[in-house]
Amino acid sequence: MNDRLNNDQLLQDLVNRVEALEREAPKNQLALGVVSGDPERTMAALMVALGATTFDMEVDMFFMFSALEALRDPKKVNKDQLDSTPGVGPPMIKFDLKKHGAMSLEELIGAAAETGVRITVCNLSMDLMGIKREELIDYPNLSFAGVAAFVDMCSQSKQCWFM
Amino acid sequence: MDVAVKETMTESELKALKIGKLVDARGTACPGPLLEAKRAIGECPVAGVMEVQSSDNGTIVDIQRWCRKMGHEYLGNVANDGFWSVYLQRKA
Repeated sequence: MNDRLNNDQLLQDLVNRVEALEREAPKNQLALGVVSGDPERTMAALMVALGATTFDMEVDMFFMFSALEALRDPKKVNKDQLDSTPGVGPPMIKFDLKKHGAMSLEELIGAAAETGVRITVCNLSMDLMGIKREELIDYPNLSFAGVAAFVDMCSQSKQCWFM
Repeated sequence: MDVAVKETMTESELKALKIGKLVDARGTACPGPLLEAKRAIGECPVAGVMEVQSSDNGTIVDIQRWCRKMGHEYLGNVANDGFWSVYLQRKA
């Protein structure tokens, strides 16, 4: 009788521990931190994100600081404000993407939207960059959060990169 | 590299395969061909053969690795005039 009770307790203890491990286990998920205003880095991050989606990975991209520039829709930006902000403008790519059949930044973002890549924008960076929500591109999986959200994404992901 | 570029079927065997789904990804660069392969695999019957045409040489190794991860079988590739045909068999 006593043994039986111990076994039940042991089993329950094991179930609890397995459940805790399952909660903590990284999922087939990739978290990408994108921090640079260099469009090459943003494009590379998007290419990696798209590659991961072909492997059925869920992808979270967290945009910080100058990387937000790539998410600003030039059609929605207040021109006066843009001219008065030094060093800020549409990203310039130095390669002939078309000639080589490579996707443009816009096309990469379009493909990311289509494949379910989630984009989270750092709230503080919005303020620092002076970007308003209504200036951002139309993107189906776009949300705003603080850095703890990125840490949480990383803790749930098999792989996390900061690009 | 643990994925070697090696042909598992001869060129004539590959060319004689009945193609269940043809993906023409010529003219798009990385990661375009892989995205198109991923998009098209659902339209290939299970156990059927998919041919991915790409003008990007990197597609050969990408498709091999993708197949290994996704459980499909890489069958080989054939060099054509300005592009490669990469063959794989859909497993599930």
